[in-house]
Amino acid sequence: MERNIVYIALFAALIAALGLLPKITLTSGIPITAQSLGIMLCGTILGAKRGALAVLLFLGLVAIGLPLLAGGRGGLASFASPWAGFLFGFPVAAFVTGLVVEKWRGGNMAVVAAVGAIVGGIVVLYLIALVYYMVMTGTPLMGAISTVALPFIPGDLIKAVLAGVVTQAIWKARPDAVLSRS
Amino acid sequence: MLTLTLEQQSWAHRVPVGRKLLVLFGATLFLFPVVSLPILSACLAVVAALYLSVGFVALKAGLAMARPIAFVCAIILAYQLFIGDVLAGVGIVLKILAMVGFANFVTMTSRLSDMMDVTMRLLSPFERFGVNTRAVALAFALVMRFTPVLILKGAALTEAWRARSGARAKWHVTIPLVLLALDDAEHVAQALRARGGMGQNGDTPWNET
Repeated sequence: MERNIVYIALFAALIAALGLLPKITLTSGIPITAQSLGIMLCGTILGAKRGALAVLLFLGLVAIGLPLLAGGRGGLASFASPWAGFLFGFPVAAFVTGLVVEKWRGGNMAVVAAVGAIVGGIVVLYLIALVYYMVMTGTPLMGAISTVALPFIPGDLIKAVLAGVVTQAIWKARPDAVLSRS
Repeated sequence: MLTLTLEQQSWAHRVPVGRKLLVLFGATLFLFPVVSLPILSACLAVVAALYLSVGFVALKAGLAMARPIAFVCAIILAYQLFIGDVLAGVGIVLKILAMVGFANFVTMTSRLSDMMDVTMRLLSPFERFGVNTRAVALAFALVMRFTPVLILKGAALTEAWRARSGARAKWHVTIPLVLLALDDAEHVAQALRARGGMGQNGDTPWNET
């Protein structure tokens, strides 16, 4: 049980660390950080329930005022922006990602984890973020897609593939630590 | 580690955190359906007055914290301009600025430990559903302790990559960083168990084994 708490806490810290490491700038000029990679890894490595708890813990620390979001942002105001749908969607994204990896046994781990990350960390996450943005700003669907989703989806697809590669590497190096498969 | 709380003391720091959060919650609910430009402008003016009542330092810090939102506001304004409904765009931007400004004000004038206390108090009713608040408190403390540790390790890995390859490390440090985090987790879990662990059987967080 201590192991569960510590794993959840360390992955919450990992989400923060990945968001605060230097960011990559895509050829399109849009900077992406590895923060959402952290969300995906919570799901692929910790599994649905623990992954979602790690993300909730991370958001709890952001809410009480730690500047852990990418770019050193944080505080309650992070949840007041029309883009906060991403934050509210993060735990669901990690849960769905973890669920895919837990249920889809067999197959190449990199493929399973990448597909999980795409389903949870992109499809589900953007659905929540889009609906939230549309409700908050009254923007119609096409407008919301072009401002909230399209510029960021290429970067997130790269991150989903990376989540697959990283998960497979961990699966080989520390099979016991991949709780989604234990 | 670094927090967003303003060092300087003020009347707003002395208001109990629970009360501030209640007001913030109420204000956000009130503001959500409002579309009238005069009311929204007045709300933003009230928020600005709150900052000024604490001092110019607070206003400056508040503007710095609101900077990422300026980008969001610019996108919304540009879009509304594009579809030809600028006034609606101005209303949305005023509303966002007021809500974000007020939320930042509460964050800036609340100590982390007080926020932590309120969080624990909010969680305590869930104890009967199997949430172990002691475990949650331990998890919060662990994250605060290990975030700077992992950032340092990540920076060291990036440097090591650079020293050997000449190119900047991009995603390459992620795998060793996750491995280091997993090994840290294993050590900390062992250390906790060796010191008596979290408590008796049945005292588990989130009803897990």
